[in-house]
This record gives sequence, C-alpha cells and structure tokens, in this order.
Amino acid sequence: MHVAIIGNGIAGITAARFIRKLSDHDITVISAETDHFFSRTALMYIYMGHMRYEDTKPYEDWFWPKNRIELKRAWIERVDVEGKTLYSSQGEAIPYDKLIIACGSAPNRFGWPGQDLRRVQGLYSYQDLQGMEAASGELERAVIVGGGLIGVEMAEMFHTRHIPVTFLVRESSYWDMVLPPEESQMVNRHIREHGIDLRLRTELDEILDDGTGSAGGVRTKAGEEIDCGFVGLTAGVHPAIDFLKDTSIEMQKGILVDDYLQTNVPDVYAAGDCAQLRNPKPGRRPIEAVWYTGRMAGETVAYNACGHPTAYDPGIWFNSAKFFDIEYQVYGDVQARAPEHHASLYWEHPEGRRSIRLVFDRNAGHILGFNLMGVRYRQEVCEQWIREKTPLREVIQNLGLANFDPEFYDEYEPEVVALYNTQTGDNLQLRQKRGLRAALKFLNHKQLN
Amino acid sequence: MSVKRNPLTLLQWIGLGIFLTALLLFTLVLGLDDYRLHPDSLAVSNTYHKEALLEAARDQGMLNRTYASSFAFAPAFQRAFRQAQADLQNRFDQQGAPEGVGEWEYKLGDWMEQEYLLHTVKHSSRGPVRSNPLLFWLLTIGLGILGGLLYILPKFRGLPGIKNNHIYHSHMTRGMKLSVRSAFLAAALFGIIGYGIFYLGGNYFWPGVSLLIALLITGLVLYKPKTSPGDESRSASPHATAWIGLITGLYLIGFYVLLYWTPQHLTGWMILSDPLSHTLSGKEASQWFVYGTLYTVAVLVMGVRMIAKYRHNRYQIIRTISVMFFQLAFAFLIPEILVRLNQPYFDFKNIWPLNYTFFFDWNLNNLIGSGATGLFMLVWGIALIVLAVPLLTYFYGKRWYCSWVCGCGGLAETLGDPYRQLSDKSLRAWQYERWIIHGVLVFAVIMTMGVLYSYLPAGELWFNQRNFLMLVMLMLAGAMGYTYYRWKRGAVDISRLGIRVGIGVTVLLIGISAYHLFSGSEKFFFLNSNETRQWYGFLIGSAFAGVIGTGFYPIMGNRVWCRFGCPLAAYLGLVQRFKSRFRITTNGGQCISCGNCSTYCEMGIDVRWYAQRGQDVVRSSCVGCGICAAVCPRGVLRLENSSLDMDERTKHLRALHIPESKTALPN
Ligand SMILES: Cc1cc2nc3c(=O)[nH]c(=O)nc-3n(C[C@H](O)[C@H](O)[C@H](O)COP(=O)(O)OP(=O)(O)OC[C@H]3O[C@@H](n4cnc5c(N)ncnc54)[C@H](O)[C@@H]3O)c2cc1C
Ligand code: SF4
Ligand code: SF4
Repeated sequence: MHVAIIGNGIAGITAARFIRKLSDHDITVISAETDHFFSRTALMYIYMGHMRYEDTKPYEDWFWPKNRIELKRAWIERVDVEGKTLYSSQGEAIPYDKLIIACGSAPNRFGWPGQDLRRVQGLYSYQDLQGMEAASGELERAVIVGGGLIGVEMAEMFHTRHIPVTFLVRESSYWDMVLPPEESQMVNRHIREHGIDLRLRTELDEILDDGTGSAGGVRTKAGEEIDCGFVGLTAGVHPAIDFLKDTSIEMQKGILVDDYLQTNVPDVYAAGDCAQLRNPKPGRRPIEAVWYTGRMAGETVAYNACGHPTAYDPGIWFNSAKFFDIEYQVYGDVQARAPEHHASLYWEHPEGRRSIRLVFDRNAGHILGFNLMGVRYRQEVCEQWIREKTPLREVIQNLGLANFDPEFYDEYEPEVVALYNTQTGDNLQLRQKRGLRAALKFLNHKQLN
Repeated sequence: MSVKRNPLTLLQWIGLGIFLTALLLFTLVLGLDDYRLHPDSLAVSNTYHKEALLEAARDQGMLNRTYASSFAFAPAFQRAFRQAQADLQNRFDQQGAPEGVGEWEYKLGDWMEQEYLLHTVKHSSRGPVRSNPLLFWLLTIGLGILGGLLYILPKFRGLPGIKNNHIYHSHMTRGMKLSVRSAFLAAALFGIIGYGIFYLGGNYFWPGVSLLIALLITGLVLYKPKTSPGDESRSASPHATAWIGLITGLYLIGFYVLLYWTPQHLTGWMILSDPLSHTLSGKEASQWFVYGTLYTVAVLVMGVRMIAKYRHNRYQIIRTISVMFFQLAFAFLIPEILVRLNQPYFDFKNIWPLNYTFFFDWNLNNLIGSGATGLFMLVWGIALIVLAVPLLTYFYGKRWYCSWVCGCGGLAETLGDPYRQLSDKSLRAWQYERWIIHGVLVFAVIMTMGVLYSYLPAGELWFNQRNFLMLVMLMLAGAMGYTYYRWKRGAVDISRLGIRVGIGVTVLLIGISAYHLFSGSEKFFFLNSNETRQWYGFLIGSAFAGVIGTGFYPIMGNRVWCRFGCPLAAYLGLVQRFKSRFRITTNGGQCISCGNCSTYCEMGIDVRWYAQRGQDVVRSSCVGCGICAAVCPRGVLRLENSSLDMDERTKHLRALHIPESKTALPN
C-alpha cells in the first residue's frame, strides 16, 4: 500500500511518522516548499539571526531514509481522486492508494488595491522569509497590516534590523478578538515600549505603487498616507486548497472532514491547517490553524489511514505565543468578550508585563481556563483541573501546583490568593507552592483513580 | 547579506577601542624587553650548576650580549645548558662528584632545563616592562578590564529578554564551515600526536596508542552509520566562516601552546604580574599565576556580560554569580593566600579526576607533610570524590558542579557564552562524545591506579598495595553490579551495547587488579606509571583541556572539553544518568519544535528531540546550565529535582495524545 501525503508540515510529517510506526506501507511526502520538514514557527528566528535554517529542522536528514519515508519536492497541480493519482507541475504522475492532504494555509489578501505589487507579502513560507530578507537591505520603513500573532512576529523581526515599523491594526486594541482587554492592552503597551508605531483602529485602504511596480506606501481608510518600502500582510490565513478546486472533494473554507478526518472521498483524508471539521467540539472552531492541533490531527489521521478508526479529539484547548519579551500561554476556555456565565480573577504585576487570569463559571463555580502573560503554567495540571471541573476555591488554594516558572523565580500565587480573598471576603490560604513533587503526586493520584 | 545590526553606542566603541589597544599592547609586551645574560640573572642557586652554565655561556659568547627576543635568547641558553650538561657529565665521569655532593646535585639533569630556562629568561629580561611592571599591568590587563566593562555595561539598558539577535550574522559567533572545522580538528589531532612524540623524547608508545584509539573510535562511530559519510546533516556549518572567530580561535590556541609548552616566551606577562603576585602570595609570578589572573578576569568581566544578557532569568544570574565567586575565591585567591601562609597550594573545589594530579606522589607527600591542614585537604579531596559527587549529584544533578562551581565550566559559561550555539547537535557527535569522554575516564582511572599503586608500600601499612587493589575491585564490582541490577529491572534506559561495554571495561579493570594482587608485579597494567602520567598530563591535561578546550570555543562551542574530554564530567554524568533526581521536564504538548533549545545547548544535546515528544530530558552530559529553558519561546522546559517517577521519567511521552489503550495496535 502506498500512502501519499501532500505537505511536509507538522501535520503531514506527524502523519508519516505514525504511519511508519503503525505499518509497513510505502510513504511519500510531497512538498513544493523545502526538501525537508522545518519548523515554520521558527521562521522569525532565522531572520533575526538566532538560528540557521538547518537548526529549524526537527529531524536530521538521515531520519527519512532510515524510516523509509520518501520525500519528494514537487508542486501538486491536480489530483485525480477517481484514478487515485497526483499530477505534479512537472507532469509527473504519482499513483497512491491512500491520500492525506496536509497542505496548510496561505496568507489572507482581502482584495486591497495594490496587494499584488512587489514587496507586498505575508509571512508563511520559507520563500516569504527569503522575500523579507531580500527587501530588508535598504528598507527605511515597513508597514504591517493585521494585528495577529504573525504581525507582531514580523514587527519584532524588522525591529531587530532597526527598520522602523508601522503596525496597522483594525481593532481598537491588539488581537482583542482573542485576548481579554487587560492582556490586550498590556501587549499594546509592550509593542509601543519597543518603539513600534502601533496604529489602532486603522484600516488599510490601498497600497501605493512607488512607480516601479513595488510598494511605495499605504493609504489608510482615514486617508493618511504612510511611505514605506514593504507591506506585510498578516491579517490571518486561509487553507491553501485552490489546487483541489476541480476535484469532487467537498470543501468550504477548508477541506471538509468528519470525526475521523476523512473527506467525502474514500481513502482521502485531510489534517492540519487545511482541514475543516464538520462537527467541531463545542466551543471549538472548525479550522484551528495552530501547530499543536496540526500535530494531533497528524497522529490521528495516521491511525485512521492504517485502519484503526480513531476519532479526532484535540483535548482541552491550549496555545502559546510570544509578544516580543512577553510569553503568553492559554489553557481552556478564555474568551475576549466573556459570555454571561464567565467570570474571571485577574492579577497583574505592577510592572505591567506579567499577569495571571483564572476564568471560572460564575454559577457553577468551577474553573474554565487560564490566561497567562509572562508566567509559565504546567499544561497537564491546568488541563486536569479544567477537565474535572475543579471548583475555583480548590484551584486557588493549590495554584502553586501549576507554576512552571524556572527555579528562583518569584512566585505570584500568594498574590493571586490574596486578591481572591479581597475580592470575595474569603480567607483562603495557598496550600501548595511550586514544585515537581507535588505536581506529580497530584497528577498520578488523579490518574490512578 | 547586509544586515543592520545593533548599532554600538559611543561608549561601546570607546570600550572596544580600549580593549583592543590593551590586547595589542598585552601581546606586544612579550617582545618589548630585550634579554641579556649576566651572572646575577642566571636564576640558578646550585653553585655547581651555576658555574658550569656560566662557563658554557661565556664560551659561547652569550654573556653580556643583548638578544632582541626570547626566541633568540632561549635557544642560545639551551645550547649553553647542553654544553654545561656535557661538561659536568665529563667531569663526573672522570673524577666523580665532590665529597658529600649527590650525583644530581652535581650533574645537570634533563628535567632541570625547563625550570632553569624559564627563570633565567625571566630574570635576564631588561626594558620598559621590567622597569615598570605595575604600569604595564594597568595598561594591559587593567585597561582590558576597563574596555571590556565599558563595552558590556550599556547592555544593561533596554528591556530584559532573550538577546540572541544576530548571533548567526556575526563574524565572531556564527562558527566555521564544516571544511574549516574539520581542518582544525585534523591539524589539532596530528599536531598534538606529533608534538607528543617530541615531548616524550621520541617515545612512540603512547602517541601511537592514542592515535590507534582515535582511529578505533572513529571506526566505531562510522561503522553502521545512520547517515552516509558525506552527509553533513545538521552540522554546525554556516554559510560563511566567522573570520573574526577564526582569528580569535587561533590566538587562543597559540596562547595555550606557549603557556603549556614554551612558557619561556611569556616572561613579559609574568614580569608585569609580579607586583600582584607578591601582594597575594609573597612569591614571584609564574606562568600559572598569569594564567590564573587572566582566567579570573575573563570569568569576572564576561560574567557581568552574562548577567546583563540573561537579566530576565534569575537562575542565570545566581548561577553566574556563583561561578564568578568560586573562580575568584576558591581557584584564585585562597590558594595564593595559602601559599603566603606557608600552606600547600590547594584549590578546594577541584576534584579528581579533573584534578588528575591529586593522587600524584608529590602532591600526596606535600599534603601529608603539611600537618593538620594538609591532612584536612587530603581528607577533603577524597570526601569530594566519594561523598560530594554522588550525593550532590543525586539530589541536584551534575549542574551543582559543572555550571555552578567548576572553573572550566565557569569559563565556558562566561567567556564562552557567545559560542554556545556552535556545539554539534548531530547524532554522530553524540556517538563520538560517548566513546571519547568515557575513554578519558577509563584512562584517568588506570593512570591514577598505576600512580597510587607504585606510591603505596607493598606491606607494612594497612593501606598497602594489596588492600588498595581489593578496595578498587570491590568498588568497581559494586558499582557495576548495582547498575546491572537496575538495568535488568528496566529502571535505567540504556542500550544493550552500552551495558556490555560497561561490563567489559569493569571486568578488564578487575582482572588486571586481580593479576597484580596475585603476581605482585611492579608495573601496573604493564605500564610505566611515570610515562603514563606524563602522557596523560600532556594529552588530556594540557592539549585537550586547554588547547582544544578553550582554543576551540569559536570553532566547536564553549564546552568541547566538558562534553568530550572531562573525566569528572563523565563520572558526574554516570551518576546523573543512573541515580539522580534531576531532569528537565517538558510542558505537555506546548513545544513548537522551533529548535532554540537545541541550538543554544552548549552540550550539543538535541533538547527539541525530547521536548517535541513531551519526554523528560535525562542525559548524562546535561550540565544544567538552564539556557535551553531560558531561550525557549514557549516556556516548555523546566529544570527540576524530584524523587517521584524518576525511573519512568524518560519513558513518558506527553505529546502523544492518543493513548495506546484506545486503539488496538498490531504487534
Ligand atoms: C510565522 C509563523 C509563526 C507561527 N507560530 C505559531 C506558533 O507559535 N504556535 C502555533 O501553534 N502555530 C504557529 N503558527 C501556525 C503553524 O505554523 C501552522 O498551523 C502549522 O505549521 C500548519 O501545519 P500544516 O502541516 O497544516 O501545514 P504547513 O506547515 O503549511 O505545511 C503544508 C506544506 O504543504 C505544501 N503544499 C501545499 N500545497 C501543496 C501542493 N499543492 N503541492 C505540494 N506542496 C504543497 C506547502 O508548501 C507546505 O510546505 C505559525 C505560523 C507561521 C507562518
Ligand atoms: S540540556 Fe539545557 S540545561 Fe542541559 S546542558 Fe543543554 S542547555 Fe544546559
Ligand atoms: S522546547 Fe521550546 S525551544 Fe525547544 S523546540 Fe520546543 S518550543 Fe522550541
């Protein structure tokens, strides 16, 4: 049996690895981007000089032949699902028995005038990185459009090269569709603290030609013109599924898949950024374009492709990112605009670069989620509390169990407890400080039950 | 590629200028004075030797002649030495030594050459440095410190956070192309072996054995390769070689070669260090005092840089202060002060087998002969080996020593920090590492056993050769037996080959000990213990630890010695791997496989390999520097100690999200 995988990103590669673990099938992983799997999330570090491209490859090159995973550098132009054959742009025909599509995303372009000029681009692929590198030489200012995670990464990248950045964000505060207001404002402050010209409530109207077919500036909806030699489009991504348009695979925004990551066509699966779940879990989006879900879906799809039907279960939501120097972690259900039954306890460090937010159910009193800025929490502990609907009071008293900051770091849990006590008039005590022993006991005990 | 880098502030430019000027002057100091042999400058107290040397020097027209450099003066003196040696030998053959004078009080032995040479060169030097040592100290080392600090202090401005920008854009820190690195390695290997033959006076045995072992290890690593030999998978090869780094490496290598093997050319530095040495110990400065000063200055100044760079991370700050303290107090000041108090020179934190001279006869005699203090030092030194290493490593991992206390580690973590990313992360490098470092440990053990064996009395005392051998056999058997028992129970995760090699080496050592127990042979391990230890000192103590250990910072990273060569690290690592509470835990599934942790791990551990599987990192080589945790952008790694779950800790894969129980797997 031959399994073909389109895409050598985290989803495709995880699928390939697990198929190898589970079976003896022939595996071919096809990608047009790079010869080997690399970590897309580390693109910024290559540009900033922290790492070389080599360093972003999670596996050494010998790993693939050793595990009999064939890597093919090709662009798949057409998929013939009836004839079970892929056609590359060089005209090669690649027959398959099972197909896993893990083709990832592409940056959004919302039809702005001038969006196809030179030096206007997103940051998604290795080629995008090369484009940024090529544009950086004489660059006097860059404008970044769209206040998401990639936008702030791009701002940090240019910042390390001392290229002034104007960062246009349509919303009234950075990433405020996801971050609760306090955290969002903290990031606003921090972005500005680094000297980035952050323009909130500012929308792009048009990208201006410098007369040579390259970007020369932008005009905002308010009519202001900003000169710049580069425009970064970071207003989100969408599944890169254009090449599948003429197939019978059902698609909406992404490739529609059932709980087993199977498409409407037999023997064709999809995973990662490009897949759209027909029945997402309550509270979860049908397309979750993040690394972690790509990895979980890759693992799941391997089981399914190898004949071990396994429903996709992304577990309890988590994510993390970094805004310049502020690390961000989230576990569970933390919403920017809290629904009626959500309440939260929010503690912020006086210096304004750290915070801890516990979200809980106002009525039932149990924990729903954690949102952390500049503080690290242990995923397994948070997950366990959330899964078991642990009452907030119990979480508060054992909060140290979750702390994952390095040794000698200040522990802020006592302050969180004190804050809780002032807000509720209660008199709870912190029973647990940071430490692996207690955390393991907690986790093991629960697992035994 | 033109990259706009962090612009230096004016203060930093000035600091850099001052530092480079000081460095230039410091180098020039070695050539500023000239040399003139004079009866008073012949630093020899033995009258027979002195007369013969003077006569020979006069004969060769050396006396009162001015030489422009030590490179002209030293060979001339060596010629005179050899003539004097021959003259004395002649006279001795004809008439014997005068009444009541021992043979070697009369004749000149080969081993006296180096000492007489060094001191005479030093005392024959005349010129600006000799006349103003303090001024020159201030203009070189003093200004160097000032320049360094001016360059570093502005780094405290700005927001704290990861400061790794442009490391791979810098001509200082981006590393060498694979071809350049290989050329360095090959030149070092053959240079050292070749010079070694000369060093041992034409003896081919040990250099030959070493070369054979090097070839054997290469064969073992390349046999059944995971990778085709030409494949440079994840090498530390940048697109272009860091030429400033290359120059820095060459300078360091040159420095160590002169320091270890021809210190007579470094007398200018000793002269300018004399005032400080007199203040501290009351003695004049040797090349080791110069080295100690530079070492301490480097650790302190670059320690400030380390603190500036990692000021967002308290673990790094405290750890750096700790290595700065131990270097300044324990390695530098206390030993000098002990000398001033007429006590033995002793570094209380230097542990055998890193401190390979600890069991040498002269050291043991010195300690035993120095009353209660000496005895305390002896007991302390042994307690460190048998108690502190296992116990502290059990509780905290080898970091308590390697990245908090040790001098080599201290230099690596401060002066070497800019180069930590250059360690090779390939699996192949790991395979080399395991063979080489454990090989050095075995070599250190055999060498020391031989030295101790020939030192101990055959009978009289209770601690004699027999009991020593019994003790060694018992300890070896116990350690191996315990390891095997735990391995059988599946408590330690190690390959069958690893256990076999371990058992093989243990059986070999026990067998040899048993042979000696019954035969009472003089030559331990059929070797001449003097030659063995001389070669160990040359190959491991000097060439590996110094020339390669530090000279290769800009070429292969800052822990080449600690990773590939240090026998103490190997010992600590065995404890860490088999019986310790230390591990680096990973935060569930949060890893994004970005590779920062692996890139900045100075020990070349592919931390990401573990992190992305959600597996705890337990590696014998991990020095617990905590940098992986500090540079991880997702907060995935944490250094921790706990006795719980320690036997399963490496098996847990937290990033697997489908439990095996959920799906029926085919067998
Ligand atoms: C700069 C950046 C930073 C990020 N940081 C984070 C982060 O910190 N945390 C996080 O959770 N997520 C992050 N993400 C998102 C995360 O990287 C993606 O969700 C993840 O990489 C998607 O993986 P995938 O395997 O689905 O697809 P991809 O990684 O996109 O892989 C798809 C591959 O398929 C190839 N391909 C597509 N179509 C074809 C075709 N027709 N023929 C041949 N090849 C094809 C593409 O070229 C690509 O190489 C980041 C993304 C970017 C761009
Ligand atoms: S694994 Fe981490 S703590 Fe251990 S040596 Fe490497 S960087 Fe340091
Ligand atoms: S552990 Fe952290 S630094 Fe290492 S690969 Fe994972 S996310 Fe990157």
